[in-house]
Amino acid sequence: MFREGLRGVFSHGFRSFASITVIAACLLIMGSFALVGINIDSIIRDMERESQILAFVDESLTQDDARLLEGAIRTLSNVREVKFITREEALENYKAQYEDTSLFDDIDASVLRNRYVVYLNDITLMENTKEALENVPGVADVNAEVGIAKGFITVRNVVSVITAILIVVLLVVSLFMMSNTIKLATYTRREEIAIMKMVGANNGFIRFPFVVEGLIMGVLGAGIGFLLQWLIYNFITGRIMNSMAGNLFHLLPFATIMTPLLLVYLAVGILVGAFGGGMAIRNYLKV
Amino acid sequence: MVSLSNVRMRYPGTKKDVLKDLDLTIKDGEFLFLVGPSGSGKSTIIKLLTGEVKASGGKIRVNDFDLRTIKRRHLPKLRRTLGVIFQDFRLIDDMTVYENVAFAMRVVGAPNREIRKRVPYVLDLVGLTDCKNRLPRELSGGEQQRVAIARALVNSPGLIIADEPTGNLDPAKSLEIMMLLNKINEMGTTVLVVTHEKELVNAFGKRVVSLSDGVLVSDGTDGYYGNES
Repeated sequence: MFREGLRGVFSHGFRSFASITVIAACLLIMGSFALVGINIDSIIRDMERESQILAFVDESLTQDDARLLEGAIRTLSNVREVKFITREEALENYKAQYEDTSLFDDIDASVLRNRYVVYLNDITLMENTKEALENVPGVADVNAEVGIAKGFITVRNVVSVITAILIVVLLVVSLFMMSNTIKLATYTRREEIAIMKMVGANNGFIRFPFVVEGLIMGVLGAGIGFLLQWLIYNFITGRIMNSMAGNLFHLLPFATIMTPLLLVYLAVGILVGAFGGGMAIRNYLKV
Repeated sequence: MVSLSNVRMRYPGTKKDVLKDLDLTIKDGEFLFLVGPSGSGKSTIIKLLTGEVKASGGKIRVNDFDLRTIKRRHLPKLRRTLGVIFQDFRLIDDMTVYENVAFAMRVVGAPNREIRKRVPYVLDLVGLTDCKNRLPRELSGGEQQRVAIARALVNSPGLIIADEPTGNLDPAKSLEIMMLLNKINEMGTTVLVVTHEKELVNAFGKRVVSLSDGVLVSDGTDGYYGNES
């Protein structure tokens, strides 16, 4: 019966080609949206990772005393990394933002405070961490861009929801398209099915080759879609990373997502192909 | 054995009975012509016997299956006891003669060893041994119908139902096919032939059942159909 399925794929060349093309195209469209979503999510996560809280140390503390606060800050939950910056370093960093540093020649580092740059594990808890830092003895002031953090979270959530909706919609559209293509391909074989029914084949026997045929087409469609996705992704990300935008954000290399992507492609291809193949002949089995 | 008792048939959504209290019995080993004008109910009888449709009333038994109570999942078992031949041959275009016949055995799960033994025997019986590797489109109409007969015969059915088997053939080929069906009948298989071919029916002198407007109007061997025109 497996041979029957294989025979079906090759003996109905054009119809099989149409089904495989539709499966590959649908997966490609779906995969492209998913990859855009995954990359936006990754970029936002990178930005989140760079989000920081500045904890200014009380001016009355010496630099050595100020350094001792690090231990207390590290014990706070949600703190990923802590970096101590002296007044002098802070001034140098400040100057580095300008081309003409002569403007700052008269400014003494003592006008600035020693500070800690605190990086967080979870940006959604920034407000809580800010409050906790304010309660650390020796910390005079805390500067946290809670509004920006909330903006990141909102954007990430919106992107996630939109991506999920698009993928679901495209999956439904793809299922419909694939099922119709396979149905059309099967329509011309209704005579064959009628003959099988007439000589006493049971429904399982009749359906199995069509399921196998759909499965083979699903795997081929998934494979072709995946290869095209690979080529297109590398081409587009290469262009982006070589442009100015490459300095602003980092796109995921295909190697890091290829295995899960391939598995999803194969799973969807197999499911849709086999299900579509089985469903397509349902009407012809009722005789 | 086939038995229809008080069979009434009305298709869903219609108001007219296409069969009215029909009684008909076909004994094992019998050869029977079923004749009648278009719309007389001949095709409906074939559909009832093959389980394609269910009767609106009455009792039907075919090869020990009660078609009034048969479940859909048991229809394949019924059909394995039948061999059906159609006017338009209904062969699979991309299969050779051998494959078309073997296909009927494969779908009922016959082992390969048995297929290799039985198919050449049946092809020899219908005189197609030399054509076994040819595709249906490379054959004449008569040869294609012989392939269809071989396919109907290959699973050793108790009853062969031929629906206008000579409708697409010239008189000489028609006679050839009918003689082949007669030969199969002589080997013990019950044969039911639905036909319009007056001369053929009369030439064989077999039992003839005539239908008109869903009613059995004659049943005998006296060539009733031949006297009607």
